[in-house]
Amino acid sequence: MTTDAEIEATVKKVLFDVAPDLEGEEIDPNEELREQFEIDSMDFLNFVIGLHEATGVEIPESDYSHLQTLSGAVANLKPRMNQ
Amino acid sequence: MSEFKMPSLGADMDAGTLVEWLKQPGEAVKRGDIIAVVETQKGAIEIEVFEDGVLSDIKVQPGTEVPVGSVLATISTDGSGASEPPAEAAPAPKQVEAPLKPQESSPETPEAPPSAPKSAPAQSTSHPDISPAARRAAEEKGVDISALKPGPSGIIGLAEVEAAAAPSAPRIAEMPAPKPTPAGGSRPGINLGAMRKAIAAAMSRSHREIPHYWVSQTIDLTPLYIWLERENRQRSVADRLLYVVPLLKAAALAVKETPALNGHYRDDEFQPSDKVHMGVATALRGGGLVAPAIHDVERADLDTIRVGLLDLVQRTRAGRLRSSEMTDATVTLSNLGEDTSDALTSLIYPPQVAIIGCGAPLDRPHVVNGRIEIRRLMNVTVAGDHRVSDGRRASQFLGRFARRLETPEEL
Repeated sequence: MTTDAEIEATVKKVLFDVAPDLEGEEIDPNEELREQFEIDSMDFLNFVIGLHEATGVEIPESDYSHLQTLSGAVANLKPRMNQ
Repeated sequence: MSEFKMPSLGADMDAGTLVEWLKQPGEAVKRGDIIAVVETQKGAIEIEVFEDGVLSDIKVQPGTEVPVGSVLATISTDGSGASEPPAEAAPAPKQVEAPLKPQESSPETPEAPPSAPKSAPAQSTSHPDISPAARRAAEEKGVDISALKPGPSGIIGLAEVEAAAAPSAPRIAEMPAPKPTPAGGSRPGINLGAMRKAIAAAMSRSHREIPHYWVSQTIDLTPLYIWLERENRQRSVADRLLYVVPLLKAAALAVKETPALNGHYRDDEFQPSDKVHMGVATALRGGGLVAPAIHDVERADLDTIRVGLLDLVQRTRAGRLRSSEMTDATVTLSNLGEDTSDALTSLIYPPQVAIIGCGAPLDRPHVVNGRIEIRRLMNVTVAGDHRVSDGRRASQFLGRFARRLETPEEL
């Protein structure tokens, strides 16, 4: 069973890999990453690719809207990582 | 024996700091090899060598700032390698006398992308409007953000943080060491203040010297989006195409058919290019803009462009570009992206002679075959250089661009 905290750490690591200039930033879990950090479509695609590589979860485009916040990404990935 | 000089990586770059050597004396080098890293206003740039040979003599040590054109090392190109007599070794003071203006061998290049910077997304009211870079700087310097007042632009930027930190700023030795980038090596980081000055200088020059004209057209992207949706359903997460990828390819093909928009204007003369190296205007978080080139876009397939673009954007933001990416662009595309603004009217990035500005694709009512339909439309505004072409050329380009986008499966 992968815990929320472990998934959150993975999501953060992926984000900082995609945008190394953000390393060390505090992330508001409920605010959209796009708003917080000027994440654009290319960063976001790299972020989705990174999440897929780190977790093995297939992420359809229809799920993108659930990955806009840290808390949303954790909630979206958790059930599929624990299948 | 040839001299490897500090290149001019922008019209307004007059000096750079050698950060590290990636090859040692006696090592063989091939054309295109990255042999050194130089720190500039655009971050750390990996410097490529333009001929095959053997690195024979390093003349500038890491940490040294030298003018553009200074000899950094000598490269033996005749196979004699490091055994070349040391007579070639110029005394150190000679470096300081090196000319400040770019040499012929280091072509003058655009410094700052001319497009309007992307507007920062609206911030929530739960915290002050502060750029990410400024927030990070505030943390590093121990500045209380809540005590800061926004600058003239309405947000708290680096300048405001710097001003607040000035009286008690920690010494450099106390600052955290730069973090290594994924590419390895040091990351001196991007000095946004210096970059802003460089952008201002390049755009002032563009505005002063280039007799611009602008031509706009609304292009129907509906066929592209329909094709993309179908295409992406068949692709894995990692291989998905963003609409900007076919956009770049279509633009490159249309530019290739319109030579008056593709090349450099230098020494009162237009030098057309038979290849399309597409500069991609890339906004940096916290402000700043760089337009590095993707090479040979007109010949590349979509997957090559996709991989190249994702890599390029990531390295741009990490401050790790290559010298050829800084100097080779023959035309620039500035794409605002989805959910942004309708249109942008750009300034050309000298010595280029055109820039293509794409607004956000938006669903709008549109007349198709006499009927009103909802179509996904994008405004494209091309800026051209009257010393080379007239509006008619840009209009022809726009027609070609639009036609390419009607048949995305052929890109």
